[in-house]
Amino acid sequence: MTMDPWFIAQYLLNGIVLGVIYAMVAVGFTLFFGVLDVIKFSHGDVVMAGAFTALATYAGLEWIGISDSVFAIVVIAVIGILAMALLGALLSKLLILPLRNAPPLNTLLITLMFGLALRESVRLFYPNGSNPKPFPQLLPDAAMTIGNLELRLDSVLLIVLGLGAIVAVQLLIQRTRIGLAIRAVAQDPETARLMGINFERVVLTTFALGSALAALAGITNGLYYSEVNFGMGLLLGVIGFSAAVVGGLGSLYGAIIGGFLFAALQTIGAVWFSVPAYKDVFAFACIIALMAWKPTGLLAHKSAERV
Amino acid sequence: MKLNRAILIISFLVVGFTGCSSDNDTIKIAFIGPLTGGVSANGLGGRNSAELAVRLHNAKSTKNYEYELLSLDDECKPNIGVQVATKVAADGRVIAGVTHYCSAVAMGTVDVYHKFGLPVVIWGAVLPDITYSNDYKEVHRVNGTMINQNEVAADFMLDQGYKTWVVIHDTTDYGKGHNRYFSESLVAKGGTVIGTFGVSADQQDFNAELTKTKELNPDVIFFGGLAPTGVRLRSQMEKLGINAVFQGTSGIVSDAFIEGLGPLAEGVIAFREGAPLENLPGGENFLAQYNQHNFGEPPEAYGAFAFAATQLIIDAIEEVGPDRQAVTLALNATRDHDSVVGPISFDDHGQNAVALITRYVIQDDKWVVWENSEYAEGKRDL
Repeated sequence: MTMDPWFIAQYLLNGIVLGVIYAMVAVGFTLFFGVLDVIKFSHGDVVMAGAFTALATYAGLEWIGISDSVFAIVVIAVIGILAMALLGALLSKLLILPLRNAPPLNTLLITLMFGLALRESVRLFYPNGSNPKPFPQLLPDAAMTIGNLELRLDSVLLIVLGLGAIVAVQLLIQRTRIGLAIRAVAQDPETARLMGINFERVVLTTFALGSALAALAGITNGLYYSEVNFGMGLLLGVIGFSAAVVGGLGSLYGAIIGGFLFAALQTIGAVWFSVPAYKDVFAFACIIALMAWKPTGLLAHKSAERV
Repeated sequence: MKLNRAILIISFLVVGFTGCSSDNDTIKIAFIGPLTGGVSANGLGGRNSAELAVRLHNAKSTKNYEYELLSLDDECKPNIGVQVATKVAADGRVIAGVTHYCSAVAMGTVDVYHKFGLPVVIWGAVLPDITYSNDYKEVHRVNGTMINQNEVAADFMLDQGYKTWVVIHDTTDYGKGHNRYFSESLVAKGGTVIGTFGVSADQQDFNAELTKTKELNPDVIFFGGLAPTGVRLRSQMEKLGINAVFQGTSGIVSDAFIEGLGPLAEGVIAFREGAPLENLPGGENFLAQYNQHNFGEPPEAYGAFAFAATQLIIDAIEEVGPDRQAVTLALNATRDHDSVVGPISFDDHGQNAVALITRYVIQDDKWVVWENSEYAEGKRDL
């Protein structure tokens, strides 16, 4: 079957937006695992909470009569991101650090339960929270039609924004003092502590960073689909986690590759099968095969020896 | 002495309990529908309409019983639906039920009602199998099925000159039913389905399906599913620059669909059994009463059916008393019963014959009957 190249470009564009969202979620998983060897299963729900915080902020802005969309988008993004960064830090301080010496299963369970509590709270306490909520369309809706490709300015902006955020996190980790401390703790927490690194501060910063990225993923998701709902974090969390694992838990590049890989698999699945509902089955089946082939992920992390 | 005291206490308790039950002459009727979740607008509209029927009856001076509506949420999910249906059916104080907007839920719960012998009247679910794939005497339905709806839809769209369709349907019994009945009618009448995509009901991203659709370049996208999925699909269609006509089913006929889309809803077509409310015999009176009772939400597309179903049940209980079996028999015998949605007659399967199908188009943020729209006059194009 020959395919119009513009349609291929369209699939590619759709896939890239998805990939950026998945990568942002996956980077969080990999950061937490890299630094503290924990798997935080509430991460997907933090994505959702970030989107809802932004939505609530927008409602607040509307209420006081501010309608400038550029101003609104900056305010809701900043508040959503800061709120989730704070939530992430609190979560690590109150739930994860105290359980540091308990079996890892406990951390997994407690974050799973926290995620559930967060999800149900939004559903119960956000006004009309069990219904899907329209997310404001704040990005310009200009679009260009090239052949059969519909190139939308908002998609391009979201890709640039997401990739920018991931690069910024990468630079933060590679180029700054706190990044150095994060890397030191990831490599060897005991030695890092002996070298005078404030362990708790590093952990809190990492969780704040990962959760901030999750909030951004949630807001991107809302802006792209013009809709958010209380259950959106569930699948996003599982996809983000799979992407991080298949890329290699603990590896930043691995998470990014994993995110784009999953989006690519979903898109290929949808194009290939006459029943697109199979695309998730196809994508997850491929992930299972990949994990059987490379159990520590495509880019294995240095600390893989701890197994 | 001690024995006496014990007897005294027991007799107090007995008197207390009987006292309680004697002032409890109210009869419980259950309402089940989606009160939360994506299609909750329809569920709440139905609940309010059922509540209105109960209130109007309780306000009458001559009546045999007082009624109380017990509202439960099925979330439009079959598993939750079976839970609440079991809860209601197992509660001996509930005499009958006004149940379900979502076909997938109704398909799961009819077995429960049959097992417990609870007579129910369906007020919104349209899948034919709910009444026709079983012989349950307990199950009745006041609204029509999706078969007629899709025949009219195929005829109408072919008359408008459209030739090719892509069908996108959710993979619940409801969406699959629409796909089946619409595709069958369409092909039999000479239309062509050039692509069919099943999607999950809570899917968020339709870009892959829609890009494929764009390649196929159909005249019309037929969507068999409910409002929340429809909203996502329509808005993502726009983002991919697809100009096909968006044709929905009764599942998107709700104000929530228009609210979710804003100006993008313009020109969307859908079909629903039954005449529009304003043309119904008691339609205006129903709306006036509804507005008087200050419900927070509009009655939505199926409110009148829920109202009629509740009245039907109340009338049956008034006639034969609060006994499930007797009520089932009384409901089965319903012939030309006057109601807000027109005369109700149940066939052997408890199905009401609703012959009329109304064609709708969204014009200026409202569902407008096609014949009254500017589209029909040729002032606007789909």
